[in-house]
Amino acid sequence: MAELAFAMPALGADMERGRVVRWRVKPGDTIGRGQVIVEVETDKGLIDVECFHDATVMALLVPEGVEVAVGAVIARLDVAGAAPTAEGPRAPPATEPARLPPTSAAPAMPPVATPLGARVIASPLARRRAAALGVDVATVAPGTSGRISAEDVERAAATSTRERDPKEAMRRAIAAAMAKSKREIPHYYLWQSVDVTDALAWLTAHNARRPVTERVLFGALVARAVARAAAAAPEMNGAYLEGAVRSSLEVHLGFATAQRGGGLVAPALLDAHTLDVDAMMSAIADVVARVKSGGLKSREMSAGTITLTALGELGVDGVLPVIQPPQLAIVGAGRVTERPWVVGGAVVVRSVLTLSLAADHRASDGHRGARFLQNIVKNLVPPEAP
Amino acid sequence: MSVPTDDELRRALVDAITTVAPDARGASIPGDVDVREHLELDSMDFLRVLVGLKERLGVDVPEADAPRLVTLDGAVAYLRARLAP
Repeated sequence: MAELAFAMPALGADMERGRVVRWRVKPGDTIGRGQVIVEVETDKGLIDVECFHDATVMALLVPEGVEVAVGAVIARLDVAGAAPTAEGPRAPPATEPARLPPTSAAPAMPPVATPLGARVIASPLARRRAAALGVDVATVAPGTSGRISAEDVERAAATSTRERDPKEAMRRAIAAAMAKSKREIPHYYLWQSVDVTDALAWLTAHNARRPVTERVLFGALVARAVARAAAAAPEMNGAYLEGAVRSSLEVHLGFATAQRGGGLVAPALLDAHTLDVDAMMSAIADVVARVKSGGLKSREMSAGTITLTALGELGVDGVLPVIQPPQLAIVGAGRVTERPWVVGGAVVVRSVLTLSLAADHRASDGHRGARFLQNIVKNLVPPEAP
Repeated sequence: MSVPTDDELRRALVDAITTVAPDARGASIPGDVDVREHLELDSMDFLRVLVGLKERLGVDVPEADAPRLVTLDGAVAYLRARLAP
């Protein structure tokens, strides 16, 4: 038997806390890889959190309705045939969760602060619960005994779950992630105008006899081209973590999606490099519907290896985007517009798209970035028959 | 089955739109404005409205006809013609 401490995952670089809304398993349950075990409310909405092990549930440590810090242990699992390990605090972009050495089996926890000179009397159990719940024991009011019990900790945790305006919370989360990106990632930017007339003609023909339920939008062609190019560009696809580039073999393409009424999420289209045009369209439609109605999965929120942001529908010519930490690059697409274009020495009217790239200079140089952008263009016009 | 009235068509349309844009529920949508601009619908949202129309009315709108449905008035006229016996 091997025990696994299941921690509140960071569903994106900007998440600090999450509230356990509903447990979907109970102690004694046998769970499979990929099974949703808990619903967590975050700044980005309600997320289904999956487990990436075959395991038996030993204990659920956080009651429903309680908010804890990222990294706090929320459940104990018995993992068949696995070494003791801690899941989180952030799953790397690769499919396998981090295998930390046994010495770090206790998840990273904010140190329990005690004001100098004040002595906090708390039972070991209370301290463990406080750590699990992300509660500072020094702030917990002791019960009548004068000694802080686990119950006191739980009460404090429950009452500290303040009601928050979700819009404001999301704004703060975006602010934190983008400020971190601009502070830490040395961005460089490239852009290119691309004649997409042939791609649009292909798309019109592709859609001509299709029912509305099978229709493909231009964004799916762009997403497919970016995913294919990313699969061949390790310095653009993955993460920069602990001072090193961690390239990903798979492409999980973050698809920046505006929420109605403000805010932004970029859930990942998993294994996007393997999808043909129709499968890409279905994947986008599925994820966009769940951005609006809930039900995004934890893996979709944390697995992104590169992001695409398309703002052309709002009329902008192009976008110089900000990289989502810890990713290595982000591709931007502006609007498709008719422009005079020179073909074979003559000026003709063509449909033109401005593609842009922001990439991490720690991972690549402009030369590689230019090749990557070229490769996107190559995959865009004209698309191969699916 | 009888042909739906214009009011029924409009209701089905508004229902399809507000399923995609729940925040517009209860708001009045002028008949002659482009709903995509009025309600900030992107191409994916608008495609979902067309899918909603197919579910509600059984009308499959070809891509080439889609621009005729961007206003409520235009869409009702289009749907009435398509559903005419």
